[in-house]
Amino acid sequence: MTRDAGRPVATPSQTVGPFFHFGLTANAALGTLAKDGVRGERIGLRIRVLDRDGPVPDAMVEIYHADAEGQYGQAHFDGFGRLPTDGDGTCVFETIRPGAVSTRADGAQAPHVNVCLFARGLLRHVYTRIYFSGDAALDEDPLIALVPPARRSTLLASQPSGEPAVWEFTIRLQGEGETVFFAL
Amino acid sequence: MSTPQELAHSQPPLLYPPYKSTIPRAPAEPMIQVPRSFADLAAPLFGHLPIGGTDNDLTRQHPGEPLGERIVVAGRIADEDGRAVPDTLVELWQCNAAGRYFHARDDHPAPLDPNFGGAGRTLTDANGIYRFVTIKPGAYPWRNHHNAWRPAHIHFSLFGTSFQSRLVTQMYFPNDPLFPYDPILQSVPDEAARQRLVSQFDLALTEPEWALGYRFDIVLRGRHSTPFEGRV
Ligand SMILES: [Fe+2]
Repeated sequence: MTRDAGRPVATPSQTVGPFFHFGLTANAALGTLAKDGVRGERIGLRIRVLDRDGPVPDAMVEIYHADAEGQYGQAHFDGFGRLPTDGDGTCVFETIRPGAVSTRADGAQAPHVNVCLFARGLLRHVYTRIYFSGDAALDEDPLIALVPPARRSTLLASQPSGEPAVWEFTIRLQGEGETVFFAL
Repeated sequence: MSTPQELAHSQPPLLYPPYKSTIPRAPAEPMIQVPRSFADLAAPLFGHLPIGGTDNDLTRQHPGEPLGERIVVAGRIADEDGRAVPDTLVELWQCNAAGRYFHARDDHPAPLDPNFGGAGRTLTDANGIYRFVTIKPGAYPWRNHHNAWRPAHIHFSLFGTSFQSRLVTQMYFPNDPLFPYDPILQSVPDEAARQRLVSQFDLALTEPEWALGYRFDIVLRGRHSTPFEGRV
């Protein structure tokens, strides 16, 4: 490997391992983004993580998204959440539906939730996005446009029948219907 | 900014079969590259994660002192241009001196220590410096292969200034004889990159009559070479 002498190179990633709970997810409050005073439509965001063999019971999911007006890092809403998955590979964030993000030169992005996924067996975390199925802005989203059409549906959350305030999203790490992951 | 080639050498691949858990979990499809104009999302702020007085001293979080070798772990967080990353959250977690995690799923038959939880957090100062006091963790067995033992390590989590800079990693201790047998460390292709995960004994951090010091500097990926777009 060649590089300029002395030039810093990023520290390697290593897996979060199976025992992160007491270190990173002991604070259950990190599952509730929609605290009192946060404006917007309340939703439950249920994320299920699967690998080739089934549910991933030891993943850590971090989400980060804009407020209802499409703004990041506002005083009333920091937009960050972090939860471990349960034995069924599932975690549920209490949050709000984000607005379209319109501060990019690339044009307006459809409402979306950024997701970083960590787990035993992931030497580096992986990054994906949750979009909301049925949203009129999906067709204009500049990042979805880069995804092969046949794989775009893996980025869509849907609403289970009988649970009007819940959106459900499945992350398939590998195999049939593998979720689209993005390189940053 | 690291070149893609440097990143490929210094970062582990997703699929590394000697680490068996990667086999069912590594995504197989190609990733979609996010255009640079998207990749500069600022990192979250953590006003809701208050940091208390003993959060950076894992030896003072319980009524008594934990067993084991007291150590200081400190270092500097910088970006790829060598600039300090101030005021960034550093979280760590580890097993105790006997190699046992304070975790319901850890069934390694080594003793728990009622005076050691093993989790800490702090913010870097204006110069990007962080400092923890803790106990040197033990090696522990895992079931990846026959007679598999993890070298002693401390898990670290950092955010930095952008979405790109998010890092979860592990710090090791100098000259551990388990290094050649550990597929998690060996998953990093480049020897020089692996060495950057090994802390260095530092007499200047060592406190007389109190604790040995280990230095662990961390370099985060960043957005500095990405054209800045004004965020309203
Ligand atoms: Fe560990």
